Amino acid sequence: MFGGQDSKQHTVQPYVTGTSVIGLKCADGVVLGADTLVSYGSLAKNRKTSRLMTVSNHCSLGFSGEYSDFQEIKSTLEELMISEYCMADNIPMQPRAIHQYLARVMYEARNKQDPLYNQLVIGGVLPATGEGYLGLVDLLGTNYESEMIATGYGTYIALPLLRKAYRPDITVAEGRKVIEDCLRVLYYRDARSIDTVQISTVTKEGAETTEPFKLETSWDFKKFKAGSRLIDESTW
Amino acid sequence: MTSIGTGYDLSSSTFSPEGRVFQTEYAMKSVENSGTAVGARCSDGVVIAVEKVYHSRMMMKGSLRRVHFVEKHIGVGIAGLLPDGRQMVSKCREEATQYREVYGEPVPGRVLVDRLARFTHLYTLYWHVRSFGCSALVAAYDAEGPQLYMVEPSGMLMRYNACATGKAKQQAKTELEKLKLGELTCREAVTELAKTIVNVHDSTKDKLYELEMLWVCEESGRTAQFVPQELIDEARKAAEDEKDREDDDDDMDDA
Repeated sequence: MFGGQDSKQHTVQPYVTGTSVIGLKCADGVVLGADTLVSYGSLAKNRKTSRLMTVSNHCSLGFSGEYSDFQEIKSTLEELMISEYCMADNIPMQPRAIHQYLARVMYEARNKQDPLYNQLVIGGVLPATGEGYLGLVDLLGTNYESEMIATGYGTYIALPLLRKAYRPDITVAEGRKVIEDCLRVLYYRDARSIDTVQISTVTKEGAETTEPFKLETSWDFKKFKAGSRLIDESTW
Repeated sequence: MTSIGTGYDLSSSTFSPEGRVFQTEYAMKSVENSGTAVGARCSDGVVIAVEKVYHSRMMMKGSLRRVHFVEKHIGVGIAGLLPDGRQMVSKCREEATQYREVYGEPVPGRVLVDRLARFTHLYTLYWHVRSFGCSALVAAYDAEGPQLYMVEPSGMLMRYNACATGKAKQQAKTELEKLKLGELTCREAVTELAKTIVNVHDSTKDKLYELEMLWVCEESGRTAQFVPQELIDEARKAAEDEKDREDDDDDMDDA
């Protein structure tokens, strides 16, 4: 029976979650974007929590899904990077290797019927050529590489926009604008999002994650004015 | 050593009647057969230098490395048996990881060396294991400031302003005592330590050797890093030139 002495229950649903992460591969690197909200169900609980991390000089990571599981992944990665540092062999770990490593971690957890409830977006550059790298791993261990990636609500809302904006020769500077626009649209449409966001860019020069900043938004549409709609006339 | 050869040196779990443990002392002897290693704590960090004697002419530069990193802010220099030293380094890394996992912050140097010393000491207590044939110089920089420690095969741990171990440790210690460590910066210490190693190096016995150096200092952002090769080369060359000049002067005196 459930909850009996021999049974063990694993995470079956996330509680504290982040919404979409989006990423775009560019000619000279990669851009990732995410807002800084971590929700408890539908409650906007932590409004300034970074959902992007800089893994190395050549790699950044963004997550959506359960925050505690991401913290676990984050410390695993930090440990990995310290052993990489101690190796001191001047051979930087490639984003592709980090992607594969995370895929192994996620798939192993899933096979124990205890998945890490996240979707992870890995953005980086190949140190030798400066070519961008963008990949995704989800809670099942599914992993792939793509020119544009979005998770969660972003799959529906941001992905088509990213596809439209993408060109093989798009630069990081242009990509940054596209990502910002996508985050803005997501903020308009996704009820679990917030207008404070971070953007991470990875180029040959290094990986950099901005401080959280506010998106410019406009709400002065006619239909938004008080009294412009029938239901605005309260009957109470 | 009157008790030698009378059966008191067969096991690390046997004391001699004078209260000595010969096996542990032999382990320390194996450190004295190795190239000299020196370390200095300066005003802005710690520097460790190791004289790596080449076993063979054909050995490639950079192999059998004797300076290692165990955490971002902790470096280790090894004198003695290198495989034993690597075991110590692995243990340090393991402990550093474990500390980070439990306490969520980098391990303080003090804690790490304490754990390393306990580990080393354990290997002096049982007949079925061999003691470590190496000493580890540990350089760390944390909230407590720059620190230099040495762990010896006996499990003895001490914190130093400057220390030396290996073949020419006596001579090296005498040289180190002349330094004004409180005023010296790490950059200056690189020159001084190179000079020490060059001066104590016995070129009649060991021809080829490499100078390996690491530092943890303000200049390296308080992280453990190799001292840049140009800096080492420069320091070594200056030291060797000076030594040559002195030798020439001595020859002139003799003549």
